[in-house]
Amino acid sequence: MHELSITQSILNIAVSSAQKEHAKKVNKITIVLGEMTDFIPQYIQEYYNIVSKGTIAENAELVFKKAPAIARCLDCGHDTHLKDYKFICENCASQNLKIISGKEFFVETIDID
Amino acid sequence: MEIKVVHQILEWNEDVSDKIKSDLTKKNVCLINLMGSPGAGKTSIITTIINNLSDKFNIGVIEGDIAGQIDAQKMKDLGVPVVQLNTDGACHIEAMSIDNILPEFDLDTLDVIFVENIGNLVCPAEFNIGEDMRIALLSIPEGDDKVEKYPLMFQTTDALVLNKYDMIEYFDFDEQRAIKNAKDINPKISIFKVSNKTTEGVLEFIKYLENKITEKIG
Repeated sequence: MHELSITQSILNIAVSSAQKEHAKKVNKITIVLGEMTDFIPQYIQEYYNIVSKGTIAENAELVFKKAPAIARCLDCGHDTHLKDYKFICENCASQNLKIISGKEFFVETIDID
Repeated sequence: MEIKVVHQILEWNEDVSDKIKSDLTKKNVCLINLMGSPGAGKTSIITTIINNLSDKFNIGVIEGDIAGQIDAQKMKDLGVPVVQLNTDGACHIEAMSIDNILPEFDLDTLDVIFVENIGNLVCPAEFNIGEDMRIALLSIPEGDDKVEKYPLMFQTTDALVLNKYDMIEYFDFDEQRAIKNAKDINPKISIFKVSNKTTEGVLEFIKYLENKITEKIG
């Protein structure tokens, strides 16, 4: 249910970016979504089809690019792809890690006519 | 034609959250976001906090609920300033709602505001509301698997309260499992075992809160 307010935000970003380019239509919106977020692409698309009605971005296809959850070990420098959110370096078992990818949530590109 | 945008989707919420943080820092007020399932004991623990800390700090409360004034009335009865925030169906509180509500308080006279978020282990974790710290409640009857099932909530919190700890003898709650999982996903997490009924663990938790609030407001 928390997808609704962020869907409105996606629409606003797409429409205002398209208007700057004097576009007539938005065909596709590419969104980068980190693995360490709880947003569900399918719900976002369903809400999107409702909130986008009557706009130049009506029914645009939403494409989600997954950003992996990666943390860098501050002790050995190794990058670990985190599984199930578990903060542990696969190389040296340290828990002294810094997330370098996986929290992303942004509109990367739009495809317009 | 494809054009590059690169625009943060949660920017509207993050911007307002940053504004709240800066406004409250100027007023020397600490904001604490309390989260957990419906029935985890959020309101009871706020009551306990008020009973134990109201001689040290001036406390305000924002009661988030989908509907009704039940919890706000309980806080009023304790004599603290309280504002009820009804989300009318929404599953979490957003920063804008907090920003709109803060003028209802006399911030010059307050030291700390507790926000009781909507009872939910999923959505509130995604939305910053300008808080200085987060506390997540997990009550024993909910089960020891909740940390694994709702990792974002327990990863983004500063403290975890294993609430209704007096119930542990009646439930198959593997406390080591819950604690290990919480530390695996959030190595810096502070964990407290608390019972509002028997007052077990209350003092330790209150001391922790007192230190955190003092750190912020001096």
